[in-house]
Amino acid sequence: MNQKKSKKPMIITLVLVAAIYIGVFIAEQTMPATSMLFTVLKKGATYALVAVSMNLLNGFTGIFSLGQAGFMLVGAYVYGIFTIPVAQRAAVYQYFDGGVIQFTVPVIIAMIFAGLAAAFFAFLIGLPVLRLKSDYLAIATLGFAEIIRAIFQWNGLGPVTNGSNMLRSFPSFNDFNIVGADGKVAVYLSTLIPFIMSGVCILLIVLLINSSYGRALKAIRDDEVAAEAMGINLAHHKRLAFCVSSFFAGVGGAMLAMYQTTVQAKSFTSAMTYEILLIVVIGGIGSVTGSVLSSFLFVACSEWWLRFLDEQQMIGDFQVPLLRNGFRLVVFSVIIMIVVLFFRRGIMGDKELPDLLSRRSKSKGRAVK
Amino acid sequence: MWDTIFPYLLSGVSVGGQYALIAIGYTMVYGILRLINFAHGDVFMVAGIIMVYIAASGLPLWLCIPLVLLITVAVGFLIERVAYKPLRSAPRMSVMISAIGVSYTLQNLVLYITGGLNKQYPKIPWISETVAIGAAKTKMVTIVTPFLVIALVVALVLLINKTKIGMAMRAVSKDFETSQLMGIKINNVISTTFIIGSFLAGVGSILFFTNYPTVIQTSGAMPGLKAFVAAVFGGIGSIPGAVIGAFIIGIMENIIKGLDVILFKLGVIEAPLGLATFSDAFSFALLIIILVVKPTGLFGEKVTDKV
Repeated sequence: MNQKKSKKPMIITLVLVAAIYIGVFIAEQTMPATSMLFTVLKKGATYALVAVSMNLLNGFTGIFSLGQAGFMLVGAYVYGIFTIPVAQRAAVYQYFDGGVIQFTVPVIIAMIFAGLAAAFFAFLIGLPVLRLKSDYLAIATLGFAEIIRAIFQWNGLGPVTNGSNMLRSFPSFNDFNIVGADGKVAVYLSTLIPFIMSGVCILLIVLLINSSYGRALKAIRDDEVAAEAMGINLAHHKRLAFCVSSFFAGVGGAMLAMYQTTVQAKSFTSAMTYEILLIVVIGGIGSVTGSVLSSFLFVACSEWWLRFLDEQQMIGDFQVPLLRNGFRLVVFSVIIMIVVLFFRRGIMGDKELPDLLSRRSKSKGRAVK
Repeated sequence: MWDTIFPYLLSGVSVGGQYALIAIGYTMVYGILRLINFAHGDVFMVAGIIMVYIAASGLPLWLCIPLVLLITVAVGFLIERVAYKPLRSAPRMSVMISAIGVSYTLQNLVLYITGGLNKQYPKIPWISETVAIGAAKTKMVTIVTPFLVIALVVALVLLINKTKIGMAMRAVSKDFETSQLMGIKINNVISTTFIIGSFLAGVGSILFFTNYPTVIQTSGAMPGLKAFVAAVFGGIGSIPGAVIGAFIIGIMENIIKGLDVILFKLGVIEAPLGLATFSDAFSFALLIIILVVKPTGLFGEKVTDKV
């Protein structure tokens, strides 16, 4: 009986997720590809993965890390470096004689490379940094992200990283569309594929969170000393969480590269990390569903829904004051500050979608009685 | 050789002094609230922007400077009241997130006001004059900065050690709750800390932007982070530590910026290595080494963790 009760919300969740995927697929076939909706969905899917990976650290393990942009940078670069077609390399690496790497690997393998490289960096960084406590750890990881940025911009590594010049010409989301014989796109997949990529990764993170490892991580978050006394190896588990989170941040970075179609180290600043942190906070620290929802909300607001604030608007003859370039971001920051100050639990608190559904079905059951 | 290094050393001392003024704000706030005030670098940037706009309004300069400092202090005070005070009993992570939110808000606000364009910082007479020291040419501000910093720090140390509010500050930084029980109005103490910090950041911004005369919404981020590194390096909570740390970081950073030229002139290398890319990264590498080897910094007090 109990078993049945706890299964039902899970099934509803799965059905909902499947419905979203089908919805995305249908929308993509029927709506014009230039619609703002798809920009939001693509970027949202990317940010969702990065936000969830950050949540794994900040929300589930209690490690306040601010290195996310650095790991995304590693992922984005590794992806770019390994997937630029050989024929294009001479043009991309024009200042470095076509670069040293003269082969490409399939996209999926490049993405795994991206994750592994980020995880490797995380392992190295974790050796000294994970011994630190709360805010010292935050500032140290932030510092490491800046160091990574400097290394990738160094001209000495130019034959590999293209120095401070951008990487481009690698496969982007639009290359996933299946083109028919007549040169027109037969099946649009450029939004569905990022959804699948980020969906699979988030599923893996959720499985990790619900495993015995995940419970150990939550124990560490709640009380380090007690967790250690219960026989949890702190160093081992923290390192695990840090590397896994960075792995997925790296994959997210690769997806961001695909979304942007170009990569340049100087855009991966600490401001990017802050943005992702704010997404996590708005969604609720410790809720995967929340992070996903707020990623899409955040992206939709900043790219689409609040755009009108950046242009002059007329209501009849009355010109609405204040509206001009940049006002959107001001409104947006005020909303964020309100959430941070007054709704500290965010959209979801630490609840997940199945939790919400089970509460609803319970209250429904009571109403029937 | 000396002629090659000297100009870098000189600008290092100058930048170091400006970092020191920002670092004091970090170290004092951390000492009392145990909070990394991520918005402090942005207060510094806002001070620069305010100067741009006030000077553009045509006020005489002797009026501009006090006005800028006053508004900067008001901004710092308001930030504390609006964004940190409601979270006094919240977990430390929430306050830090709030600080990041404030930083984001300030940057976006300035982006809106300036339209995201580089603003030219007004020329302040006397301190932006060019002077020659030996072979090196520099601005007057380079020479003024270290002396001004030392004077301000001496005044601050006197304030902390000799006055009543200073004693209250020391008490609050030792033990937040007990000092509250002893009848210290901690909100006043915290506000005073933010006011002093913002004032010094304002002074720092006048000196800094005389040297690097464009202001944009992101120009506070890097100096802010570096000043924080300086504060950690010197031992967070310690004012002399922050100042010495800031000078060391300023000098090292500028020497690394010029390392290519120096090594080239000395004949060590034949082609430039592009090491200047690492001038920012160096500060953070130093931070991590310090945190791992001696987390309390050069002059920090030993803190034991309570369960």
